[in-house]
Amino acid sequence: MGELQVVRPGPLTTIQDLGRRGVAHLGVPRAGALDEPALRAANRLVGNEPGAAGLETTLGGVALRAVRPVLVAVTGAPSPVTVDGRAAAWGAPVTVPAGAVVEVGAATAGVRGYLAVAGGIAVPPVLGSRSADLLSGLGPAPLAEGDRLPVGAPPPYRDRADLAPLPAPPAELVLRLRLGPRADWFAPSAQARLARDRYRVSPASNRIGLRTEGPAVARTREGELPSEGMVSGAVQIPPDGQPVVFLADHPTTGGYPVVGVVPAADLAAAAQARPGTPVRFTLLRGR
Amino acid sequence: MTVGAVRRVGERALLVELPGAAEVAALYGWLRERQAAGELGEVEELVPAARTVLLDGVADVPAVAALLRTARPRAAAAASGPLVEVPTVYDGADLAEVAALWGVSEEAAVQIHTEPEYVVAFCGFAPGFGYLTGLPARYEVPRRDTPRSSVPAGSVALAGPYTGVYPSPSPGGWQLIGRTALALWDPEREPAALLAPGVRVRFTAERA
Repeated sequence: MGELQVVRPGPLTTIQDLGRRGVAHLGVPRAGALDEPALRAANRLVGNEPGAAGLETTLGGVALRAVRPVLVAVTGAPSPVTVDGRAAAWGAPVTVPAGAVVEVGAATAGVRGYLAVAGGIAVPPVLGSRSADLLSGLGPAPLAEGDRLPVGAPPPYRDRADLAPLPAPPAELVLRLRLGPRADWFAPSAQARLARDRYRVSPASNRIGLRTEGPAVARTREGELPSEGMVSGAVQIPPDGQPVVFLADHPTTGGYPVVGVVPAADLAAAAQARPGTPVRFTLLRGR
Repeated sequence: MTVGAVRRVGERALLVELPGAAEVAALYGWLRERQAAGELGEVEELVPAARTVLLDGVADVPAVAALLRTARPRAAAAASGPLVEVPTVYDGADLAEVAALWGVSEEAAVQIHTEPEYVVAFCGFAPGFGYLTGLPARYEVPRRDTPRSSVPAGSVALAGPYTGVYPSPSPGGWQLIGRTALALWDPEREPAALLAPGVRVRFTAERA
C-alpha cells in the first residue's frame, strides 16, 4: 500500500470524503468536504470514485512526501503547486515520483483546497465515512507533521478526466434563501431587510458554520425553540441577530430559529468565501 | 393521532410539528417502519427532536408531504423498542441537590429515578447522547447555573424533563446524579449508540 508522509500540515488540513449518511438521529453530524464539487473534481482527475477520501486544506496548503510514486490533483481554492520545488499544475493530474515532496502553497483566492490521490486516502472508515468531524471529534484528527497517510490501490488509468472546470472563488457571495421553517419568528419587514441588507463573512467562520456580520435580524418572538433537527444550509439567527449558515460539521439539532435554508448548490461558494467577503441573501419564491 | 403542521425546510427537507414526546415517538416509529417497507422513497435522515421530526435528503418532497398528511401513527408502536438496562452507581455530585429539589432523601431520590421505564426521545448535543423521557413531570429539575467544564463519560444526569447519560467526556450543565460503566457510544460497534431513539431504558442501582 502507498503512503504519504506529512511534511507540513498547514493551518488546518483534514481528511474528507462525502460524509456520513443516515446517522443524524444518533447526534452524528454529516461532515464531508465543504466544497463537494471541488473534491469530486479532484477525484475525477486522478481516476477515483467521486466520493474517495482526499485532503481538505485551509488557506495555507499542505506538503506531503510520496513514499511510492503517486498521482495527485489539487482543486478548490487556487494555489501554487510544486513537486520538489518545481512548479506543477493546479486543477490537473500531477505525478509525484517516489521520495518527492508535493506542496500546495498558500491559496491565492478562496479558502479550501482539495488534494486527491489516486487510490484515495485509505484510513479506516468510521460509521461509513473517512471524514474528520470537527464538531464531535469523529474520524481522523487534523493532519500533524510526521503523520503517515495510507493510500489505496490506484484505479485504472482509463477512468481519468484531464480537466476539471470549477467556478472561481466568489468576490461577492450570493446565497439563495428559501424562507422557513421558522420565518414566522421574524417580522415580514425583517425578512425583507435580510434580503436587502449587506453582510460580510466573519473571521469566526469554520467547518460548522459560515458566520456573517451585518445588521441584526430582529425577532418578533423571545426565547429558544425546543431543539429541532437542523439541515446543511440552514440559516440560524442566534440572539445577537447575526446569521449563521450551517455547513458540513453543523450540530444535528439546534434551538435557535432557522429563518431560511440556502440550497446545497450554493454552499460550495460559501466554503470558499474569505472573511470580509460581502454576502447577499436573495429570496427564493414558490414551491 | 394525526400529525401537525408540515413545514418546508429548504429544497429537500420537511419538518413535522407535534404536540410532544409521545407523538414524536409514534411518528418516528411509523416513519422508520415506512422506510423499512420502502414506502418513503429516498430519505437520507429521520431526526426526531423534542416536538418535531425532521426528514432530510428527501428525493420526492411533495409525495412525502402528502403521505405525512394522511399518516395515522399508533402511539403503541413507540413502546416496542429494545430494552437497555443501565447499571448505575448513584453517587453524583448533584444527587443531594436533586433530592432537596424533590423534597426527599437521597435514598428516596434513587428510588424515584429507578422506578420508571424510560424511552430515548431523541439524540443531540453529542454522538450517542440520548434525551430520555419517562420521569414524571413533577420531578423536572433546572440545569445548573454554571455548567461544568468537564463531565466524565458515563455520568447519569438530569435537566428539565430529561435524563441523559454522557456518552463521552464533555462540558455539561446537567445535574449529575450517578454514573454507569456501560459504554454507551462506540463508533466501532454495531450499534454505535446503545441509546438510539425509541430504545427503552431502565436504570438499576448498583453499589459503588
